[in-house]
Amino acid sequence: MTTTAPAPAAPKPVEPGAEPPPPERTRVSRWIPAAGVVAVWIVVWYFTKGTNTLALPGVARTDLHDELTEINNALLAGRDTNPVMQFTNSIADMLRSAFEWVQRMIVVPSPPRPVPEIGWLGVVAIATYIGLMIASWRIAVLVCLSFLSFGVLGFWQDSLDTLIVTGMSVAIVVVIGMPLAVLIGTSPRANKVVTVVLDLLQTMPTFVYLLPVVLFFGIGVSAAVVSTIFYALPPLVRIAGFGIREVSTTTIEATDSAGQTYWQRLRKVQLPMARKTIIVGLNQTTLAALSMATLAAFVNGPGLGKPVLAGLRINDVGAAFVPGVLIVVMAVMLDRTTTAASERAEKVARGGGGNVRMRRIVLAVGAVATLVAVYLSRTYLSLAEFPVYTIGDRLADGVNEVMDWVTDTFGGVTEVFKDFVTNWLLNPMQSLLAESPWYVSYVAISALALVFGGMRALVSTLVCLTGIWFFDLWHDAMITLTMTLVATVLVMVLALVFGVWMARDRRFDLGIRPLLDAGQTIPPFVYLIPVLALFGPTRFTAIVAAIVYAAPAAIKLVADGVKAVSPTTIEAGRSTGQTTWQEITKVQLPMARGSLVLATNQGLLYVLSMTVIGGLVGAGALGFDVVYGFSRSEAWGKGAAAGITIVLLGVMLDRITRAAADMRRDDGPGPRRAFNIRLPIGPPR
Amino acid sequence: MRIARSRGARLGALAAVATLALSACGGGSVDDATEANESQAAEGGGECGDLQMAVNPWVGYEASAYVVGTVAQDQLGCTVEYKELKEDVSWQGFGTGEVDVVIEDWGHPDLEKKFFEGEGDGSAMDMGPQGNVGIIGWFVPPWLAEEHPEILQYENLNQFAQEFATSESDGKGQFLGADPSFVQFDEAIVSNLDLDFKVVFSGSEAASIEAFRKAEENKEWVIGYWYEPQYFNAEVAMQRVALPPYEEGCQDDPQTVACDYPETELKKIVGTDWAASDSTAVDLVQNFTWTNEDQNVVAGYIASGGMSPEDAAAKWVEENQDKVDAWLQ
Repeated sequence: MTTTAPAPAAPKPVEPGAEPPPPERTRVSRWIPAAGVVAVWIVVWYFTKGTNTLALPGVARTDLHDELTEINNALLAGRDTNPVMQFTNSIADMLRSAFEWVQRMIVVPSPPRPVPEIGWLGVVAIATYIGLMIASWRIAVLVCLSFLSFGVLGFWQDSLDTLIVTGMSVAIVVVIGMPLAVLIGTSPRANKVVTVVLDLLQTMPTFVYLLPVVLFFGIGVSAAVVSTIFYALPPLVRIAGFGIREVSTTTIEATDSAGQTYWQRLRKVQLPMARKTIIVGLNQTTLAALSMATLAAFVNGPGLGKPVLAGLRINDVGAAFVPGVLIVVMAVMLDRTTTAASERAEKVARGGGGNVRMRRIVLAVGAVATLVAVYLSRTYLSLAEFPVYTIGDRLADGVNEVMDWVTDTFGGVTEVFKDFVTNWLLNPMQSLLAESPWYVSYVAISALALVFGGMRALVSTLVCLTGIWFFDLWHDAMITLTMTLVATVLVMVLALVFGVWMARDRRFDLGIRPLLDAGQTIPPFVYLIPVLALFGPTRFTAIVAAIVYAAPAAIKLVADGVKAVSPTTIEAGRSTGQTTWQEITKVQLPMARGSLVLATNQGLLYVLSMTVIGGLVGAGALGFDVVYGFSRSEAWGKGAAAGITIVLLGVMLDRITRAAADMRRDDGPGPRRAFNIRLPIGPPR
Repeated sequence: MRIARSRGARLGALAAVATLALSACGGGSVDDATEANESQAAEGGGECGDLQMAVNPWVGYEASAYVVGTVAQDQLGCTVEYKELKEDVSWQGFGTGEVDVVIEDWGHPDLEKKFFEGEGDGSAMDMGPQGNVGIIGWFVPPWLAEEHPEILQYENLNQFAQEFATSESDGKGQFLGADPSFVQFDEAIVSNLDLDFKVVFSGSEAASIEAFRKAEENKEWVIGYWYEPQYFNAEVAMQRVALPPYEEGCQDDPQTVACDYPETELKKIVGTDWAASDSTAVDLVQNFTWTNEDQNVVAGYIASGGMSPEDAAAKWVEENQDKVDAWLQ
């Protein structure tokens, strides 16, 4: 999160320059009892290990799981008569025809025409013009190049399909999400209820609800749009709701005294003042929607996910890499465009915006050029159908060669590293968590929650653990928890090293940001094969995949936190002649503690969200259960139970880390803001 | 600011000029092609209509689906739509008319119960074997079978168990389970045959292939659940380990399985409504049958040859028109 940039997000003060709460004392007093709990746990484990672990074989199910499966079966059996389904099916029809209409306009032949109504040249021109109109000429160039890259790399239709699905989903999310945001922004009680639902939507693995979504909305684009909506709704509601809530009470009181109605207050005060935050929410929603592209391909959702999965099917990294990179290109394009557009709108709203007359002329010329391009693309075949280039294939081959070289060269070293981490970190921890009798782990985890987060964390933890026990997947949950913790430790190591480095070296920051953005947005399916080739189907492979996805977010948070430490403090330290190492460990990191905790919190949740991917590469545990449930209808209930267990784990980890950061409702806006607004990908500031 | 604007203007002008230049060299007019299409549509009038072909996510299936689809499209004039779906979702689609054909079914008793006439809603039906024979079993990479041929008997597995140990297998030998889509009894087999192994699920076909490929390259010890037909066997000829032979009923109770997997006749499953329609593609699917070798050829084109499924299918059809003719009778 940058200090000013994609704006409001940018809580300059994750750790404001203000006095830090006495960190030293609380930290010491927490870690000592925690160590005590662990010591007792190890002693008890030594005498009881292997008993009452509630382990369940990979393809076994319990009665509870079968009962859950029955829910799905009952829905399926009643599909011809279920009135809800008839209603949702008619919605699905509308979605489908809307999609097909747009498709015929810009990407597939519109019979009897052999080509779409608007050919590629027209589409590129229109997109570029939109970039020019809502943002700047720089953005226009970015948009133009991005669109050209879709075609030149050979995925014109898939790319546009992805854009259409993303656009439709985001449009519907705005329609559903804004009223919800207003609701939770104005009513604390609604906020509590809705937040629970949002937590559920954000952490529930997509594979769990993909089958029911297909049941209600059919196969293909409708299922893709609907499951994308589920996943992309939470960021907008959360962030926009938060923005509305944050509008200063003085402003509201001042305008209220003028006797305004509820609607007036909402439309004239709250929404405009929260606008910047709302746009950050929209930006995050757009990126979330884009990240669903590959998963939607599992139910024949159109777009770039298809070639990615096809590459995975034949273990061809290069073939999956090219469409994967296009998803990154699209993400960067959408992110930069929405950010720039909001900055521009802000400027215009404040009366800025440069030379109006000049801008009008530019826009008029652009409009004419666009119209000409559209006309030409309707007239000439070669301007309607994107020409075929081989550059995409050559790029794929190149990637394959590089990957082969990497696996051949580093295969041995990586094996050693994998065994080291597995034998010294993963296995001992897993043994403690999963091989202790379940009630021992239950008590020990609760005790740790109490130590780190106090009573509030304890209550959440008890509820979540009881839920996990109830759903019959205790042993798998403990294995997944172990992997999540180990991965998060590694993520935090990376975050500290690279975060501090980025904060201290601006050039390094500039150089690495694009890589971080790519790590966050490239579909994990793209790098599964090389990671598999290096580490084999193991839990460690899953951990590596999770790190690739989670580390960028944590690194950025730490970097921005460290950067925000007031320069005066650092200067003061320097004048006493401290070394660089002292400066980092005694000043920068302790003062950025708020953002360290936040990075841990985000790291945990990002890692946990990769659980299912882990199940695809040999990690077993809950991830495998979810995939198993999605793959075989008789096990759907087990997959659902695993999905709910993942949600419970996520809520538990989230509440403990939040409580550990002393996040109370009466906290200052800085930290609270940071917890509510997730990371936009963005340029360094 | 001012500079930026004027550059914007120049950019616009540049774009306009570029488009004009491009259009000058771009041949072919859309209007001509549209007229051609219109006249063609007037003449045409296919009897096949639409064919919605499910494409389940493995290469062998893709080969079967695209060969049938290509024949339907090129020789019967159908409009073929390929839908990339997992098995369960495909079967759900029969009832809603979103899927017409599943061309390679490895046996799904649970789905048959839900969708076949009788116990289920009758939206799906069995259209007979498609010729491929599914062989499932325990396999080791060829180098291992060559150096330790005795390993191909399950009785000898325990003496090598330690060699198969990995970081994942708790000190026992690791048995690599497969993608959860497949019916697997390995956990039961291991425990009922008193084998000193632990089943670790690879989780996906991609993961299994990567593990076997690596094992053969580096002479690593791996044993796992594997199957035929499968394009990867052309690259690495996995060798089967003999388990106690399959007998009728020995896999009925999942807990007590202690025998090998049966050979499976892969079947064609189709939507009941579609099968009753007068689409000419019904006969094609009904008659379609080919061999494991045929499928492996096409799958090899796709997976090793880097061809698109369409091209691979078209190539095979061209080379085997005699076989295709038999389906079109």
